[in-house]
Amino acid sequence: MAAVKPRVKVPSKASAGETITVKTLISHPMESGQRKDKEGNVIPRKIINTFAATFEGEEVIRIKVEPAVSANPYFEFDMKVPGTGTLAFAWTDDDGTVYTEDKKIEVA
Amino acid sequence: MTGERETDMNLTRRGAIALAFGAGAATMLPLRTWAATNNAEELIAAFTGGAATKDGGVAIGAPEIAENGNTVPVDVSAEGATAILIVAAGNPNAGVAEISFGPLAARSAAATRVRLAGTQDLVAVARMADGSYARASRNVKVTIGGCGG
Repeated sequence: MAAVKPRVKVPSKASAGETITVKTLISHPMESGQRKDKEGNVIPRKIINTFAATFEGEEVIRIKVEPAVSANPYFEFDMKVPGTGTLAFAWTDDDGTVYTEDKKIEVA
Repeated sequence: MTGERETDMNLTRRGAIALAFGAGAATMLPLRTWAATNNAEELIAAFTGGAATKDGGVAIGAPEIAENGNTVPVDVSAEGATAILIVAAGNPNAGVAEISFGPLAARSAAATRVRLAGTQDLVAVARMADGSYARASRNVKVTIGGCGG
């Protein structure tokens, strides 16, 4: 299985109160549980079921994800930067694994 | 004589090359047929708690024609919403995503990419800060469905 690799695009510098656009992508097959293999057996569902972004413990966005979200799920949202801190991302897999990524945002 | 021979050869070659296109799409999984109705309305009712939804106040953006149903870009926005539910009315499972916005979200807006089984309506329902609900839908024509297999 291909390694699950999160990628996020966040500006490293911002001014206080500024609105920034955050783009995230994680490589993941998002197996829907609808497909069947050659023998006709259903391929079990395995998706990212939750995506959350928190900044210094405060929630920015939380998305409950269903199988209808494409493979390599992509999420884009806007956030307000209150000050210097770390934006933490977490993707929760159906098997319980949580993939995380941190990005520091510096306020000049 | 020589000229005639050349002409004959050319024609033969053209005939041989003419249909070089093969079974490129042979690996394409057959489209399944499913019931026209799914659990879209149930999901919306569960999200709103049965409350009535009004039109307007929420916007959903998607291409009018999506060539590949496996990855259709969708964006939703609703001024002052605390959460937005996206459902696909024509998928075997209607649920797409439920987005809740925290205190640091600059706008109640997000974008993602979704799978669509075929031409259908995408519906966005927004839960407003005052507890009311807004609803919007958008028809997307899908050329090749995001095959469920």
